[in-house]
Amino acid sequence: MTSTQTTSTRPAESGGHVKLTMAQALNRALRESMAADDSVVVFGEDVGALGGVFRITDGLTAEFGDTRCFDTPLAESGIVGMAIGMAMNGMRPVVEMQFDAFAYPAFEQITSHVAKMRNRTRGKVSLPMVIRIPYAGGIGGVEHHCDSSEAYYAHTPGLHVVTPSNAADAHRLLRAAIASPDPVVFMEPKKLYWTKEEVDLGAELPGIGRAMIRREGTDATLIAYGPSVPVALEAAEVAAQEGRSLQVVDLRSIVPFDDETVCAAVRSTGRAVVVAEAPGFASVASEIVARVTERCFHSLAAPVRRAVGFDIPFPAPKLEHLQLPGVDRVLDAVDDLQWDLS
Amino acid sequence: MTRDLDLLLPSPHPVELIDPTGQTVAEATRDLPDDAALLRAFAGLTTARRINDQASALARQGRLAVYPSSHGQEACQVAAAQVLTDDDWLFPTYRDTAAVVLRGVDVAEAFLPLQGAWHSGYDPHEHKTAPQATPLATQLLHAVGVAHAARLRGEPTVALALCGDGATSEGDFHEALNFAAVFRAPVVFLVQNNQYAISVPLARQSVAPSLAHKGIGYGVPGERVDGNDVAALLAVLGAAMTRARAGEGPQLVEAHTYRMQPHTNADDSRRYRQDDEVAGWAQRDPLARLETWLRQHDLLDDAGLAAVTADADQLAARMRTELSRDATPEPAELFAHVYATPTPQLVEQAAVVADELSREDAR
Repeated sequence: MTSTQTTSTRPAESGGHVKLTMAQALNRALRESMAADDSVVVFGEDVGALGGVFRITDGLTAEFGDTRCFDTPLAESGIVGMAIGMAMNGMRPVVEMQFDAFAYPAFEQITSHVAKMRNRTRGKVSLPMVIRIPYAGGIGGVEHHCDSSEAYYAHTPGLHVVTPSNAADAHRLLRAAIASPDPVVFMEPKKLYWTKEEVDLGAELPGIGRAMIRREGTDATLIAYGPSVPVALEAAEVAAQEGRSLQVVDLRSIVPFDDETVCAAVRSTGRAVVVAEAPGFASVASEIVARVTERCFHSLAAPVRRAVGFDIPFPAPKLEHLQLPGVDRVLDAVDDLQWDLS
Repeated sequence: MTRDLDLLLPSPHPVELIDPTGQTVAEATRDLPDDAALLRAFAGLTTARRINDQASALARQGRLAVYPSSHGQEACQVAAAQVLTDDDWLFPTYRDTAAVVLRGVDVAEAFLPLQGAWHSGYDPHEHKTAPQATPLATQLLHAVGVAHAARLRGEPTVALALCGDGATSEGDFHEALNFAAVFRAPVVFLVQNNQYAISVPLARQSVAPSLAHKGIGYGVPGERVDGNDVAALLAVLGAAMTRARAGEGPQLVEAHTYRMQPHTNADDSRRYRQDDEVAGWAQRDPLARLETWLRQHDLLDDAGLAAVTADADQLAARMRTELSRDATPEPAELFAHVYATPTPQLVEQAAVVADELSREDAR
């Protein structure tokens, strides 16, 4: 699963330390997976000649041919439904939903079939397929281009739901998702696509199902995933300047959920804030609060708080900064953790 | 690529080779299947009818939770099972249990869902038969995917996907036809138009000239066939399968038939249709007309009929025995097939059920 398996001829990308955006890291993961396994096929809307509206599939048709990476008619249920059949018949499809809210026409195929096929056939039919969904806000997108839809998928048993917060994880987790025997909804924070960073492609990173501590801290724990991880890290930096030491946990995988890492982190500080863009009601953030409270109650010095989106439809671009939790909302929640009682 | 409209249009009238009275149709547009194929179809019809009637009886006795009978429309399922090779895939609906059994699935496995024991009971890969679909038209896209994957690998597989008249109103029906056409996938879509979607008659589903005409918008050739004439079904479906196998793309076949019984044993069809309509369709029974034809052509006599009936009786007896057994899986299986490896949370939850059960046992 390391970069040594790639057949890429581009020397700058042959392994080791490279500077990559998340978009480039995802593209690399697709290329490596396709080179390593002929059954990996990539399809969706505009993924061929154009390389996808976010260029994640850039160059794949040229390199692997139009039977391995191809455009489909514009119909998301059709894309996912066809992927199910191909996965039933020996292929590993990786399909792209162009935007979060454009994936909803595929909702029935995802919830009634992708998620349930293994179970309804008593383990006889597995669906090794990946549904890539660019999601969440922060790019000034027009209506229907910015939903945080992760809770719909996380609520559905049978799906893995994974979301990277940086280029190295994007590479590692997408390769793991494609290799998984189970269907993975792979949610890509689109505001992080163009963030460039040094990536060690040879590094051994934890796989799907494991959270990671992004920053050590002793006073309180920020629990975040995907687009909210950089926000949590920035909040921790500001807090440090104010004399408060915040730990940051990056979930990486919403399903399976890493109770072990999350609970160990919260127990170590005794205080926690969950940071997420999605509307807070009945959300992944609610689930995290419930899990942490059930498991860590006697270690907690204050109720677990949330710094999340409001319960409103995603706003127009000029108002979205009011919806998305920023450093201030995170630190306000931290301030509410009953410090005067300790 | 534009296609000649004439090549897409269904024939002006449904293809019929043997009429409802059992006579060969004089100006038939297609050749009759050979004698062996028709004798096999007769055995299949007899078996399918027996499966329907035995299952309905078991449902009345409470040994099946429910049964959606296909009594009277068995010819479609018999022909569907018969035109498939071992390379091909069948995508059946909830009403196509007879086709599943004719495909080779054991009755104990085929009826497991109707016993309420699990959602699907057989290994789809072993029989190249997808789980029976309860949502409408979703399985048509899976058929396109299976066929497309096979075509990419150069395999001779054709997928035969079944649905009903109501399903043609669903979006997935249209997406499946379009995807199959664009990718030239070897799929044959068989719409069993039995005139009702539970209580809603065809006139409320569509005002298209016919359901077969719906292929035109996607560049998929359509054909109409008398769905109670198994000879015509074998001819039309067989040709469509051959065409798809040769790489000429998908085809849409609409079979005109009739659901003689309620939607399921829980339905009351007298609320939405008249007895005389049902009586009219009884005159078009697929089994009776083929028996008449076979006898007239000296292909079937009383002894032959007795042999076919004995086989069906044997299967019915096996249904009574097998479906009286408690096939409920172990509770631990609830958590075993959600993922390849259960998540830590599912391991915990399985332990909760085990604990609850152990306390029940202790009481």
